[in-house]
Amino acid sequence: MEILLSVVIGALTAGGVYLALRGRTFAVVLGLTLLSYAVNLFLFAMGRLTIGEPPVIGSSESYTDPLPQALVLTAIVIGFAMTAFVIMLALKARSVLGSDHVDGRDES
Amino acid sequence: MNHLVIAPLLLPLLAGIVLLLLRPLPLSQRRLLSLAAVLALVVMAIMLLLEVADGSVWVYALGNWPAPYGIVLVLDRLAALMLLTTSLLALFALLYACRGTDLAGRHFHVLFQLQLFGLNGAFLTGDLFNLFVFFEVLLLASYGLLLHGSGKRRTRAGLHFVVINLAGSTLFLFAVGTLYGVLGSLNMADLAVRLEGLAPADRGVAEAAGLLLFVVFALKAALIPLHLWLPAAYASTSAPVAALFAIMTKVGAYAILRLDTLIFGAGAGASAHLLDPWLLPLALATLAIGMLGAIASTALRQQLAYLVVASVGSLLVAFGLGTEAAIAAGLYYLPHSTFAAGAFFLLADSIVIRRGDMDDRFQANAAMTERRLLGGYFFVLAVITVGLPPLSGFLGKFLTLRAALGHPAEAWVFAVVLGGGLLGLIALARSGSVMFYRAYRPAHALKTPGSRLVVELAPLSALVLLSLAMTVWAEPIHRYALDTAEQLLGGADYIRAVLPNRGGLQ
Repeated sequence: MEILLSVVIGALTAGGVYLALRGRTFAVVLGLTLLSYAVNLFLFAMGRLTIGEPPVIGSSESYTDPLPQALVLTAIVIGFAMTAFVIMLALKARSVLGSDHVDGRDES
Repeated sequence: MNHLVIAPLLLPLLAGIVLLLLRPLPLSQRRLLSLAAVLALVVMAIMLLLEVADGSVWVYALGNWPAPYGIVLVLDRLAALMLLTTSLLALFALLYACRGTDLAGRHFHVLFQLQLFGLNGAFLTGDLFNLFVFFEVLLLASYGLLLHGSGKRRTRAGLHFVVINLAGSTLFLFAVGTLYGVLGSLNMADLAVRLEGLAPADRGVAEAAGLLLFVVFALKAALIPLHLWLPAAYASTSAPVAALFAIMTKVGAYAILRLDTLIFGAGAGASAHLLDPWLLPLALATLAIGMLGAIASTALRQQLAYLVVASVGSLLVAFGLGTEAAIAAGLYYLPHSTFAAGAFFLLADSIVIRRGDMDDRFQANAAMTERRLLGGYFFVLAVITVGLPPLSGFLGKFLTLRAALGHPAEAWVFAVVLGGGLLGLIALARSGSVMFYRAYRPAHALKTPGSRLVVELAPLSALVLLSLAMTVWAEPIHRYALDTAEQLLGGADYIRAVLPNRGGLQ
């Protein structure tokens, strides 16, 4: 499972970085979203991977670290708000600047 | 536990919410409410500063959960200094905004209060993940403030600012996650303690995370090569927002100082002084590039934005030298450069509204109204910013140079700081002479701004007076800065206050 998770995080990050470096705002927003997915999975894995254990000490012989779950929850909420904001801003830039290029003009 | 510690967070948050709910009220009353909240914040910051000036460290455990399990707010001398600087700058920026900037959009005062909430939270928190949350709060508010009033330039600069900061936030989370994975804690004092006893095998990962954090904070502070977002963003936004943003780069510098002295400070075992090989060279390069940018600028606000980059460079040169005297010099320089940059952006706005279509481009123009008075302000601010004697900029620079004596990089520091000062002087002398001396007699009467001159220049004058006061009372302020630097480098006070029974926790 460790290998699968690392590959997924790596693929998401690589895709996110590639898309964030593109010239159109839509691709950039998608790239930032992929990056935030990657970082959420990464945070989750930082509490070590355990299966089928409750996040409570004492109820069974081992437990899942509950803190990364709380961190991921916060990161998801913040990431969601930021994505909503950047999508609105990209739409506004498209209408104000007349182009969906990140510099507001096509390189022609 | 003293509840005054959390007041600088609750006050702007509540003021922001109340202002949001009271939207039906006339603007004048909302302005009064907003101003009253910031004024109360100034009073509070002064009270807190006087309380911790004796060297005590106040810890406020939220929900009464002791550190490192709960989130703590920590008030030490450095945090109190940052709070006071922020609230003073905010008061005068808001006063200027009440002349009409707040009419350009709907939620200016709400966003302004939430921005202060985020800033104060970032200075007070003792928890790394909480620092991330407060960074997001202050960034989200700053996006709104930056875009306030709209317009083509502002939207384009805003888009760049938002995207680069979102990428920075992602890096921040990667760094926080890695540190938690290796050290098992997010409390900054606890991180410092655990780093000391870390196994050598894990040390590389922890150091990588520390350097990742440095990249994130360098992005906020606009350290080279991550400064490219700053000039367009600061030059295109409205004057009071640009003035308030003078503190935004200092948040990054503050976070770098905490990272350098607390988490990776002298007590971090083999990882101590992790940032030392990077900080000083990058800071010197930032100072040089900032001053070169100021020379190459074609418009006043762009030039001021590059001077902000240069001032971050000067500040981090002092922090990068790392000795007690050098950090104290940086801490003296920090409020001074914040007030000076804020005042300069307000002055630029007064100049712009008198130049009509010429905006702030460096071209000969029809003579402005009140050009003698504005020219006088420009002269004083140029002296303060460039660091000529006898004003506060000179003292900050002198203290930095004196602290650099005997440092291995002494020659570099002297060459870049003094050379940069000369470049800044040339840049400002050129722009001042173009705008004030090469003016021709106007063919028709220029339109003068609506409000009264005294009202217009009051916030600017107050910021200039603060800088002058820093010159007059340089001795007590410098003594406070020295005490702060001693407390930071000692590190033990902070850790002992947060973790009174350290060692007992596993």
